[in-house]
Amino acid sequence: MDTPNPIVNKQVKTVVKSPSIWKQTFRRLKKNKLAMISLFFLLFMFLLSFIGPYFSPYILDRTNVANMNQPPSAAHWLGTDNYGRDVLTRLMMAGQISLTIGIAAMVLSVMIGSLLGAISGFYRGVVDMVIMRIADILMSIPGLPLLLILAAILSEWKVPAEYRLYIIMIMLSFVGWPGLARLVRGQILSLKEQPFMQATEVLGLSDRRKILHHLIPNTVPLLLVVATLNVAGSILSESALSFLGLGVVPPTPSWGNMMDAANNFMDFRKRPWLWIPPGTAIFLTVVSINLLGDGLRDALDPKMRR
Amino acid sequence: MNEMLLQVNHLQTNFYTESGVVKAVNDVSFAIREGETVCIVGESGCGKSITALSLMQLIPENGKVEGGEINFAGKNLLDLSKKDIRRLRGNEIGMIFQEPMTSLNPVFTIGEQMIEPIQEHLLLSKKAAYKKAMELITMLGIPNAEKIVNLYPHELSGGMLQRIMIAIALSCNPKLIIADEPTTALDVTIQAQILDLLRDIKKEFNTSMLLITHDLGVVAEMADYVVVMYAGKVVEEGPVLELFKNPQHPYTKGLLKAKPVIGERKDRLYTIAGQVPNLVDLSEACYFADRCEHAMDICRVKQPVLTEMAKGQKTACWLYEDGENQ
Amino acid sequence: MKQYVLQRFLQMIVILFGTSFIIFFLFAMLPGDYIDSNISLTPQRAQELKALYGLDQPVLQRYFKWLGNALHGDFGYSLKHQENVLSLLNKYVWNSFFVAILALFLTWSIALVSGVISAIKQYSWFDGFVTFFVFAAMSFPSFFISLLFIKWFGVDLQILPIGGMIDTGSDSTGLAHLLEVGKHMILPVTILTLLSIGSLTRYFRTGMLEVIRQDYIRTARAKGLKERVVIFKHALKNAILPAITLLAFELPGLFSGAIIMEQIFNWPGVGRIQLESVSFRDYPVLMAFTMFLSCLTIIGNFLADVTYAAVDPRIRLK
Repeated sequence: MDTPNPIVNKQVKTVVKSPSIWKQTFRRLKKNKLAMISLFFLLFMFLLSFIGPYFSPYILDRTNVANMNQPPSAAHWLGTDNYGRDVLTRLMMAGQISLTIGIAAMVLSVMIGSLLGAISGFYRGVVDMVIMRIADILMSIPGLPLLLILAAILSEWKVPAEYRLYIIMIMLSFVGWPGLARLVRGQILSLKEQPFMQATEVLGLSDRRKILHHLIPNTVPLLLVVATLNVAGSILSESALSFLGLGVVPPTPSWGNMMDAANNFMDFRKRPWLWIPPGTAIFLTVVSINLLGDGLRDALDPKMRR
Repeated sequence: MNEMLLQVNHLQTNFYTESGVVKAVNDVSFAIREGETVCIVGESGCGKSITALSLMQLIPENGKVEGGEINFAGKNLLDLSKKDIRRLRGNEIGMIFQEPMTSLNPVFTIGEQMIEPIQEHLLLSKKAAYKKAMELITMLGIPNAEKIVNLYPHELSGGMLQRIMIAIALSCNPKLIIADEPTTALDVTIQAQILDLLRDIKKEFNTSMLLITHDLGVVAEMADYVVVMYAGKVVEEGPVLELFKNPQHPYTKGLLKAKPVIGERKDRLYTIAGQVPNLVDLSEACYFADRCEHAMDICRVKQPVLTEMAKGQKTACWLYEDGENQ
Repeated sequence: MKQYVLQRFLQMIVILFGTSFIIFFLFAMLPGDYIDSNISLTPQRAQELKALYGLDQPVLQRYFKWLGNALHGDFGYSLKHQENVLSLLNKYVWNSFFVAILALFLTWSIALVSGVISAIKQYSWFDGFVTFFVFAAMSFPSFFISLLFIKWFGVDLQILPIGGMIDTGSDSTGLAHLLEVGKHMILPVTILTLLSIGSLTRYFRTGMLEVIRQDYIRTARAKGLKERVVIFKHALKNAILPAITLLAFELPGLFSGAIIMEQIFNWPGVGRIQLESVSFRDYPVLMAFTMFLSCLTIIGNFLADVTYAAVDPRIRLK
C-alpha cells in the first residue's frame, strides 16, 4: 500500500539524543487525557506524602488514648487508629515510604538489569549464556514465593526495623532485574546490527564507551516505559509483603502495613477507615502509574498506538 | 469499441491523520472498457494504490471515500450496501496485492485459502471447490497441484505465492482484476513470468485489468491505456502508444526520461529533482510546480485541469492551455 | 523440529537444576535451622540431629543429598504438621487446584471474548470500558480487593460466606456438601479471576489489533468473505496461537497469586500452608512448595513452547 504521508509512518525507535523526539513524545503525551490525569494525580500523591505532613497538626506517632478509634470527623478527616493517631497523617507518612521503596527498587533493578542485559547482548558467548541462564532460573521461581523466602531469611537475620526497608528495596530489585535484563539484551542485539554501531567500530571506540554511550542510551525510550510499570509492580509487592508482616514493619508506616488493621476482625468490620484509605491509596497510585506508563508507550511509538 | 465496464468519476479519498487531512485521491476520473488493461503509474505516495483500494472499499480505517462515483457494470459501488460490496469482491472484481509473502494467511493451507471465495461466491461443495482450486493451480503453470494445496504459504516462494494470489483472484471468473504492483516485490525473472501470465489470462478470459505500477517497463508491456498520477491527481492520460511517443506533461516526460533504456548508456540517469509534496494542506497551485522545469507564474496560483489533446490524450498543464480555455 | 524439542528439553534440565540449587542455597543461607530454633534440645542432642540430617556437611554435598531424596519424593518432614511434606502438600494442593482451574477457565474465556470484541470495535464505548477495567484489574492489590469483597458480600450484604471451605461445624455430605463448597468458592474464584484477567485481556486485544492490520486480512476481505469469517477464522487463529505460550505461566501464577487470597479467605490450600510455614520456620515445606511451583513453571514453559511449535505451521516445519 502506498503511504499517504511519509511523516506519519516514520519510525521513532532508535533515534536518540535529538531533543525533538522527547518534545514530540511530550506533545503526544499531552493529548492523552488519561495519562495526563494520572500524571497530575501522581504529582498530587507525591506532594501529599512529602509535603503534606508539614501541614498536619498531628505529630506522627503521638499516641492519644483518649482519642482512640474515632471515626472520620472534621478534626480527623480519616479518623484515628487504635493508638489515637491521626490516620491521614500516617497515610501521608506511609506514602513517603511506599513511594520511595517503589522508585528505589525500580532504579536498582533498571541499573542491574540494563547493565547485565547490555553486557550479555554485547559480548554474547559464554558471558551471555551465564547471565541469561541465571535470569531464566530467577524468572522460573514465581515472584511472591521467592519474596516470601527472602523475607523469611530477612526475619532470621533479625534485621532492625529501620533497616528493613532498604533490604526490601534490594529484595524487590533482585526479583525485578531478570526481566529487564532480557528486554535490554534483545534491544542491544537488534541495535548492534544498525549502521551507527558499525560506525563506532570504524571509529575504534572502547567497549565501555560503546555500551554506556551508544547502546544503553538507545534503549532509554523502552526502558522508560518498563521502568514506569516496574514502579507499580514494586509498590504492589511491597504492600503485599508489609501486609503479611514480612516487609516494612511498624513503627515505620507503609500503606501495606497500615492495612494490617484489617487482620483484626473488629477493626475490619467496625472501623473501615483504618484499612480502606491505605488500600485505596495503593490502588489509585498503581493505576495512575500503569496508565502513565501505557501513555508513554503510545507517545514514544505512535505506530504501536492501540 | 467495447462496452464500458468501470467508470470512476471525481473520486475523492481522504485520510485523517495526526498532522491533518491527507487528500490521497483528489478528484480522480478514469474508465476501463471490457477486455482493456488500464495502468495507473506514478511515484510511491501518489495515491495510486489508494485509488485501487477505494474501488474495493478496502481502504484503512482512518481513510474515507468522500466523493465521486464508481460505476461498475451499471451500478455505483459507492451506493451499494456493505453486503452487496462484499458479494462483489472476489466475485466480480478480483484483486492481487504487492506483497505475496504477507498477503496469504500463514496459518491456513493454500487449499483452504483458495476454496474460500469459490465456496462463498460459486456455492460449490468443499470437494468441488478443491477440484477447481487444483485446476486453477495447474492452469497457472504450477506442477503438483495435489501437493501444493496442502502446503502453508511460507513453504512456497514469492513467485509461486503470487501465482496463487492470481489463481484466487481468477477463481470466480471476475469481470475486472485489480493488480496493485503485482511484480514489485519479486525477482526480475519472476516478474516477467507473472506479467506473461497476466497477459495470457487477459487474452483467454477477456478480463479487464487495472494495473497499478510505478514501473514504466511494465506499463509498456501491459497497458492499453495509461493514467499518470501525481500527488493524488491525474496529470495526464492517454492510449499507451501516444503517451509514450508524445508525452505532454512535464512530469510524464520526466518519468519517461528517467527510465533507463537498454543499449543506451548515459553517464547519469535522469532524475526529477525534488520530492512529492506533503499531501496535507496543499495550496491552489499545480502540485508539480515546485519540481517543474517549465513552471510559470500561473502554475503557482492556479490548478490546471485535464484538457483533451490530440488522439484521446488528456493533460493537465498550463503549458498547453490557450487563452481561450482559461 | 526434533532437534528443537531436544534442545529445549536439555535447556529445561539445566534450568531445573539451577533453580533447585538456588532454592536450596537460599535456605542454606539461613543462620538458623529448625534444630537451632528448637531450644528444648541439649547441644549434644542438637549435634546428633544435625549429623543425622547431614546439616554439618558442606552446602554442595547437602544439596546433592537433598536433590537425591527429592527425586525419590522425599522432601523431608514438616515440623509444624508432623507429617511427610509430600503427603501434606498432596492433601492441600487439590483445594488450591480446583479454585485455580476454575479461575483459569473463567479468565481465558472472558479475556478472549472481551479482548477480541474490544479490538474489533476499537474506540467504542465497550472498548473504553474494557480498557478501564483492564487497568483497574491490573492495579488492585490482591489483599485489598479480597478484603473489600468480604466486606461487601460477606459482612454488609451477608449473601456469601466470609471464608473457609465449609460452614463452621457443618457435616453435610453429597450434593449439599458440594453446594456448600461451591458457595464458599465463589469469592476466591472471582478474586483470582479478577487478578489475572487484566493482562490477558490486554494481550488478546493487542494481538488482535495487530493481526487485523495485516495484509492477509485485507486479502480475506478482498476475497469477499463475510466479516464474521474474516475476524473469527482468519484473524482469531493468528491471534490465539501465540497465547499458548502464556498458558504455561498461568497455573503456577494462579497458585502463587492465591497465596494471599487463601490466607484472607481462610481457604485450606497450599498457599495458606506456605504462609504458615514462613511464620513457623517450617522450611522443608517452604522449600518443597517453592520447588513445586518452579517445576510447574519450567515444565509448563517447555510444554508450551513445544506445543506452540507443533501447532504453528510457521515454526513447525523449520
